Amino acid sequence: MPDAPPPSLQDLDPQIVGRLIAGLGHTGAIGTRYITHGDDWAELALDYRADLVGDPASGVLASGPIIALMDITTSLAVWIKRGAFLPHATLDLRIDYLRAATPGHSVVGRGECYRLTRRVAFVRGQAHDGDPTDPIAHVAGTFMMTDEA
Amino acid sequence: MTLELPPYGDFLGIAVDRDADGALLFRMPFGDAVVGRPGFLHGGAIAGLLEIAAVGTLRDALSVEPGASVKPITVTVDYMRGGRERDTFAAARITRLGARIANVEAFAWQEDRDKRIASARMNLMVRRG
Repeated sequence: MPDAPPPSLQDLDPQIVGRLIAGLGHTGAIGTRYITHGDDWAELALDYRADLVGDPASGVLASGPIIALMDITTSLAVWIKRGAFLPHATLDLRIDYLRAATPGHSVVGRGECYRLTRRVAFVRGQAHDGDPTDPIAHVAGTFMMTDEA
Repeated sequence: MTLELPPYGDFLGIAVDRDADGALLFRMPFGDAVVGRPGFLHGGAIAGLLEIAAVGTLRDALSVEPGASVKPITVTVDYMRGGRERDTFAAARITRLGARIANVEAFAWQEDRDKRIASARMNLMVRRG
């Protein structure tokens, strides 16, 4: 018997993983969509929805769904860079809002894992609502690997 | 006085109450809409609860000033423990409410208020009507 780990955990097709996680649980409930990915980055989108609004007077999306989008986008970037779909936990995530997202527009999040150590992944990313050169938010964060003892 | 939550607060299933001291107490039930990896809350949902608590507490403090509005500038979330399959509570404290900027801290916990699962610091822009 080969002692290879179960293929479902180790073999990573970022597109399949991206589509899977985008549709599950909280990220599924807010409606994230997989768009594309590279060697150490991934892009997901969040469509505008009235039930995700944080300020009814302006119709602007709440901060929470954008944090969730960036959390999952940067998570996918970590799995891609690790080459494995293994569990990790968010240690911290900071988001700077450069401007309010335009009501009605989809938000596109791009997350990058710019440094990976055995136990910690360092990530950064940006979110925009149509024009990548005019971002609505910048994020920086860290994840802790939870599969290591 | 009751606090009205935005649509996103209803989406997360958050209910708001006041504790014995009159401070706002927010509660988010566990459910499919807030799950992350199986058996755990999603970090984004915890961040959402912290945001609702921070912004709600600030709006409540500003409720004596009609027309005042708030807008987040930065949010920093620290995660201390995994959130499990049960109710999550949150409360916030305004560190400083200035003429243009408010600094607010929010905390989330489950069974024991002293065992936080996450906290957030928010800096918000305050616009007075």
